Amino acid sequence: MAESSWLTKFPQMDRVDLLEIRKGLDSAYREFSREYGEVIESLFDPLLTFLVWFEKLLLTTPWFIVIVAVAGLVYLVSRSWKLSLGVVVSFLAIGYFGMWDNTMRTLSIITVCTLMAIGLGIPIGIVMARSDKARSVITPMLDIMQTMPAFVYLIPVVMLLGIGKIPGVIAVIIYAIPPVIRLTNLGIRLVDSEVMEAATAYGANPTQRLFGVQLPLAMPTIMAGINQTIMMALSMVVIASMIGVKGLGQPVLKSITNQYFTLGLFNGLAIVALAIIFDRVSQAYAKRTQRHMQGIENA
Amino acid sequence: MPEPLITIEGLYKVFGSKPDSVMPMVHEGRSKDDILAETGHTLGLKDINLTINKGEIFVIMGLSGSGKSTLIRHFNRLIDPTEGVIKVEDTDVMKLPPKELEHFRRHKMSMVFQRFGLMPHRTVLENVGYGLSIQGQSKAVWSAKAKEWLETVGLAGYEAQYPAQLSGGQQQRVGLARALCTDAEILLMDEAFSALDPLIRSEMQDQLIELQDTLHKTIIFITHDLDEALRIGDRIAILKDGEMVQQGTPDEILLNPANDYVEAFVKDVNRARALTVETVMKPPSRRITADTIGEALIQMKAIKGDYGYYVNDDGYQGVVTQDTLEACCDDASTSQEMDDTVWEDLPSISPDAMLESVIPETLDADYSLPVVDEEGNLKGELSKSNLAEVLGGADKKTEERI
Repeated sequence: MAESSWLTKFPQMDRVDLLEIRKGLDSAYREFSREYGEVIESLFDPLLTFLVWFEKLLLTTPWFIVIVAVAGLVYLVSRSWKLSLGVVVSFLAIGYFGMWDNTMRTLSIITVCTLMAIGLGIPIGIVMARSDKARSVITPMLDIMQTMPAFVYLIPVVMLLGIGKIPGVIAVIIYAIPPVIRLTNLGIRLVDSEVMEAATAYGANPTQRLFGVQLPLAMPTIMAGINQTIMMALSMVVIASMIGVKGLGQPVLKSITNQYFTLGLFNGLAIVALAIIFDRVSQAYAKRTQRHMQGIENA
Repeated sequence: MPEPLITIEGLYKVFGSKPDSVMPMVHEGRSKDDILAETGHTLGLKDINLTINKGEIFVIMGLSGSGKSTLIRHFNRLIDPTEGVIKVEDTDVMKLPPKELEHFRRHKMSMVFQRFGLMPHRTVLENVGYGLSIQGQSKAVWSAKAKEWLETVGLAGYEAQYPAQLSGGQQQRVGLARALCTDAEILLMDEAFSALDPLIRSEMQDQLIELQDTLHKTIIFITHDLDEALRIGDRIAILKDGEMVQQGTPDEILLNPANDYVEAFVKDVNRARALTVETVMKPPSRRITADTIGEALIQMKAIKGDYGYYVNDDGYQGVVTQDTLEACCDDASTSQEMDDTVWEDLPSISPDAMLESVIPETLDADYSLPVVDEEGNLKGELSKSNLAEVLGGADKKTEERI
């Protein structure tokens, strides 16, 4: 009855062949990482130096100065006393519950990741908005980045760069960058065509159109993307801690393996507090810079 | 003598993936629907030929889908034609390389948009000065100029506002000021007043006409509203399905529509507001120039009427009737000179006046009204039946067709 077996069982590839493929790809990649791993790692050295420096800065600065600096920055950006006060209170609580050092580590890596994601994501988004061809290439890549389980792309990154901060940053960026790319593209494409026509009709060149019209008008959408990117970067902290990124994620990981509910909860709440601060601040900033869109009632 | 500024010759525009492949079909004269069904390409404009003179307001009018907005975007190449020549003075706009095209757009033409096209993130002043700032002028230069133009359009004091804080009419004034601020010779206006409510619209039309009296720009104005076209246009081109149906002065279009399509348009026009006295008056047939009453009576008999307009060396004086002349004859000699006891006052009307403004006078008067120009010359006469014929004319034609 060999004839009918393909009806009930999927006619799959020979086990040996499959094994060969796996072995082949794995060893090829291993070869590659052995060959170029160090070179690639050295490319990231400046970033690593900066990461270490920034983390040290946050850790060695007296806590009250950090709080004052962060609250001051929040006020500068959002112009809201309430929000600044909320930041002070939550940071005091975090410190009081013994999570100060981990929070500073997370804060430093998140700040760096977010800045890098924005710095890379906005130009990619611009390219995507300018050419339909670029969009058709980049969109499926973003789909993969967003749906592929984080653990899967952690493997090659770790194989290549080992365990530590840099692979953590790369993993976080891969996970968090899609929203800012997508929404930059969307924001630029949604700019009123008549306004663009007006700019062209008055003789604006492509650079003048981009910086004078498209980016400013796409800003609300881009800010929504940045906001999402920050949120996703924060949610990635726990997974990144699996590959040796220190910070609030590690105690969470520890409490999962050891069933320490309270420890997990506290650190989880600290992540939430950071997330809320980032979210409110970026939104308050976006709102403040977009006041002119709202018409007469705010005049 | 009108001096041609812009010429468009044999302009075709086909929308679709491979417009050039369709051009042979277009030249064969296949219809728009045929081409769409067979190739999926839309014929946007077909064999457009235009000459626009310096200093005139040229109105391109058509319904939505007629290709008028496509056409106006060809002047500054926001849209590139599939085939054809666009010339401004001696520059072939089609042959300009990108840098020169930018320069051309910055200095030669400016544009006003239907939905204003203002930049919401810039203040009113920054919007008005946009064209100059793009040219690389310093802020001091463009803001001073922008301020002047804002004043001209009646928006002084709004400099620091954002467009969203203004009403539609005010926003379009900003759009107009922005267009004027670059001192470009040619002004493209794409349905500039269509988004405004009727009262504001006619206000803006007045403002445009008023500005044009001092600026003498060459204005290409797109509209779907024939009343608007007739009101502001020096010449009008009517577009239908991408083809030019008729070109001419407002009066030519109103009085001699080229085909049923134009006629259907013209039918609904308020002629009283669109036509001047000059275009409908009859030539003067009742001129009395005699020095004495006797001669006047002879002239009166010759014109086969019982009244005439008395004109002497000082121009038009008034109306004389046969009855008064005969009454004068009875008690004096026929050699008595004409004087102001003989003629009655009768208001005259100006040849440039809109029909609408002379309706009450024409209906009130016992006689046809004389049309007299500024120098006092008798140019013609306008009777009640004259008026009725023109104003009722459109209806009569439709009735005939039914």
